Amino acid sequence: MVENGIGASLKRKEDNRFLTGKGNYTDDINRPGQTYAYIVRSPHAHATINSVDISAAKSAPGVVAVFVGQDLLDDAVGGLVCGASVTGKGGEVNKVPPRNVLTMDKARFVGDPIAVVIAETLAQAKDGAELVAIDYTELPSTVSTANSDADGAPQLHEECPNNVALDWELGDKAAVDAAFASAAKTAEVELVNNRMVTNAMEPRAAVGEYNSGTDDLTLYVTSQNPHVHRLVMSAFMNIAPEHKFRVVAPDVGGGFGSKIFTYNEEAICAWAAKRINRPVKWTSDRSEGFMSDAHGRDHVTKAEMAMDADGKFTGMRVTSKGNMGAYLQLFSVSIPTLFHGFLLAGQYTTPAIYLEMRCVMTNTAPVDAARGAGRPEATYLLERLVDVAAGEMGLDPAEIRRRNFIKADQMPYQTPVVQCYDSGDYHASLDMALKNADYDGFGARQAEAKGRGKLRGIGLSSYIEACGVAPSAAVGSLGVGVGLWESAQVRFNPTGGVTVFTGTHSHGQGHETAFAQLVTERLGVPVENVEVVHGDTDKGQFGMGTYGSRSLPVGGVAIANACDKIIAKGKKIAAHCLEAAEDDIEFGEGNFTVAGTDKVMNIAEVAFTAYVPHNYPEGVEPGLDEIAFFDPLNFSFPAGAHVCEVEVDPDTGTLEIVKYTAVDDFGTLVNPMIVAGQVHGGLAHGIGQALLENCVYDEDTGQLVSGSFQDYCMPRADNLPSFDVDYCPTVPIHNPLGVKGCGEAGAIAAPPAVINAIVNALGIKHLDMPATPEVVWRAAQAAS
Amino acid sequence: MYDFKFHSAFSVDDAAAKLAAAEDGTVMAGGQTLIPVLKQRLANPSDVVDLSGAGLSGITNNGDSVTIGAMTTHAEVAGSSDVSAALRSVAEGIGDAQVRNRGTLGGSVANNDPAADYPAALLGLGATITTNQRDIAADDFFTGLFETALNDGEIIKSVTFPNATKAAYAKFPNPASRYAMVGVFAAQAADGVRVAVTGATDCAHRGPKLEAALSANWSPDALDGVTIPADHINGDIHGSPEYRAHLVVVMAKRAVAAAG
Repeated sequence: MVENGIGASLKRKEDNRFLTGKGNYTDDINRPGQTYAYIVRSPHAHATINSVDISAAKSAPGVVAVFVGQDLLDDAVGGLVCGASVTGKGGEVNKVPPRNVLTMDKARFVGDPIAVVIAETLAQAKDGAELVAIDYTELPSTVSTANSDADGAPQLHEECPNNVALDWELGDKAAVDAAFASAAKTAEVELVNNRMVTNAMEPRAAVGEYNSGTDDLTLYVTSQNPHVHRLVMSAFMNIAPEHKFRVVAPDVGGGFGSKIFTYNEEAICAWAAKRINRPVKWTSDRSEGFMSDAHGRDHVTKAEMAMDADGKFTGMRVTSKGNMGAYLQLFSVSIPTLFHGFLLAGQYTTPAIYLEMRCVMTNTAPVDAARGAGRPEATYLLERLVDVAAGEMGLDPAEIRRRNFIKADQMPYQTPVVQCYDSGDYHASLDMALKNADYDGFGARQAEAKGRGKLRGIGLSSYIEACGVAPSAAVGSLGVGVGLWESAQVRFNPTGGVTVFTGTHSHGQGHETAFAQLVTERLGVPVENVEVVHGDTDKGQFGMGTYGSRSLPVGGVAIANACDKIIAKGKKIAAHCLEAAEDDIEFGEGNFTVAGTDKVMNIAEVAFTAYVPHNYPEGVEPGLDEIAFFDPLNFSFPAGAHVCEVEVDPDTGTLEIVKYTAVDDFGTLVNPMIVAGQVHGGLAHGIGQALLENCVYDEDTGQLVSGSFQDYCMPRADNLPSFDVDYCPTVPIHNPLGVKGCGEAGAIAAPPAVINAIVNALGIKHLDMPATPEVVWRAAQAAS
Repeated sequence: MYDFKFHSAFSVDDAAAKLAAAEDGTVMAGGQTLIPVLKQRLANPSDVVDLSGAGLSGITNNGDSVTIGAMTTHAEVAGSSDVSAALRSVAEGIGDAQVRNRGTLGGSVANNDPAADYPAALLGLGATITTNQRDIAADDFFTGLFETALNDGEIIKSVTFPNATKAAYAKFPNPASRYAMVGVFAAQAADGVRVAVTGATDCAHRGPKLEAALSANWSPDALDGVTIPADHINGDIHGSPEYRAHLVVVMAKRAVAAAG
């Protein structure tokens, strides 16, 4: 048994620096001669830009340079790219309206960047920005997800008639229609998946630096995937060739998807640093973040279920619109289509599913992947629909789920919506969750609450997600423009320390600890002798980064595979030194042993020998440093059952989550404490969406109403209960480590569990997120 | 933040003199509103006069009333044994710990944010605001949206709260900002029943309907059937006028229940 290997709840190695103020975030980085950029943004939701006069700003005190969109075009800098090409109805691929780094013709949302002022100080840059005179002609705007494709709606892009970027369908429409035609009962719900701003604790930031002596460009940036940032900026934006361009994502304080993408301001810092030959720093303030970070979710949906007389699901139909915002961000249309549609089977055997998804452009910030990315939308509509279906059938919500679950012995299970689940036991996780939640005792608790004037409700969510993105060939065939393998390099230093280079990126997930534990488990070296390096394109091999809960199921396997190469080479060296045949060498707990003898050589000795090869096997290269790339055979399918119990105060509509029970199947847990932390964070995210968070644009003016924490309500500790977290693991057949992703599960599972509980408390069919006090109060009034 | 001249005042008179000498000056108490406004370039004063050294902090209780210096922080009020439980609860419900450690009674009262908590307490207890020029009754002080009876250059020195027989504050916080979406301060005050409402309209005010019902019968039940019309009530993404009007009565009942 290796100490501090897989399964140990080791305290996080990185927390020492995070908790003592020793982290090194992008805004902590200051370079000699640094200048400060401030972005001039559109105050209008939609306006023609008639002229931009920068003359006064250019001569303002301290201003070094002022640039507009044409300046980037003059240097042949390309626009921001959309990496998704999804094939919709009639074989038509999504339209991609062009997006200049600084918009030139029109402003299409409040916050659309138009000019940048670069000055000696930030205050001088802001002073200069006030002198940039932009002549606008305001245009009518449209922000509505439901109505922006209507006749007569203001048009954003010539390329997208009726503001439609993509009309997509999935599944067998005829089979679904037939299921409804012959259904004994049907259920239907119309719902809104509210728009969210991810609001990472650390705002976005970038520092560009150019070395005219070497022609090297460096960009420090808040990124979840520095290699992808470099690839996009190099291959598509022509900012610098990859071999002369270093992208560093140092400590990053949360991403939640929003830091996957390449943003205008980052491109500006990189390009302008060369243009003015001085470092350029930009740090978003919180208000800029609200208006310019990619937002998440924002669907309006009608979902219907057909059932037989026993409540077995026979067909499901979903008609939905997804708001893409004013421009297509990097993943954009792939989220409401592929990442959403492919999860619509959930944990159920529904044989026929049909989804129509229309992706619409609106005068709002771009919408893209946010923690869960498509899967929360699928889970929310499905788990709400299942509860409505239970109501129609007069069945307990747990019972209707059991009647429709895919059984454990049906794995692997091919759903009608592309995904093939490789493992899972949904009956077991639900049973465990109901037991942990004392589901049977709910009636007594409800009666007791009633005596105190409170309405108590309980809600279930049996979720599945597909993470660990994913097989490159599969995503490529669907229109994702990259491969989604992951890489690792495991380097023994001569004195026995191990440096691990991972292509993933940690922005709070604890990779430096969990990955070190993996190496300790595999190679038997003490965990304190393992250092994980990430986030710098000059340190280590290309990697795809962190999103979609992929770091452990994909990146972790790459590390394990590199470790196995180390062991394989080590066996050759040990065999030589121990004067045994290579086949007779066994490796375990850090020692190479000649089988059946006490002849042993520790891996640290082997490493030293590899670097000081005085007595060394012929034909073997010196050094002990191996690299591995891993392309998974399938997604990873975490699943589970969550139970939420609430108490509603009918006088005010306020509610308390009195108990929240999570039972998750994440396969093998490398560090259970980190996993629990990821679950807690995901639940906070999901509960935040269900109860508190709502990004609101004014329907008439297109102004961002929820533009600060005064109006955008993030979950706080006192909004949340103490979570009851437990696990019900199964073994994924496609993952060599037996692991599944855990970072998004809470955000996916929680919203329907919470809303189902509120709906149960009030005895109503549905209410929309966020279930603010007024929403709940009005529903309670209507129900009573 | 635009540039401005910064002055430390050593007394109220010194502050008033420095303010008078400024082209377009402002005083700063705890700065919990002023500094964010400055940071966002929403204000451009020529001079900022800091009151933190002006000797305006402290709490004295003479048995009939408690006088709190204008620069006394919310945390100091919340932690003071010289202050009634009702007033302590108002102070400890403001903002977060950081705000309470910097924010001051005088700053809150002078700013008169429509969703601030203190104005309801001053009205609900019939307090008196003492400035460098005069005494002003709370009933005459809060005049409109961010408007008070303070003249240009007039600086609050202290606020005196008469003791009440019974008093309590019930706050329904805005989930995001934690300001009062509706806050009701109800008291059997020195001069009779007083009920003050904040958060619901453009300025904290007394609730005559609520006071009448509670004067007749000091009990939450006395407010059954009392309704507040939604005209003139604030509405935003957090709560409609109808909802806030409803909350006024609910919070009034809870304040009475808490007061005992």
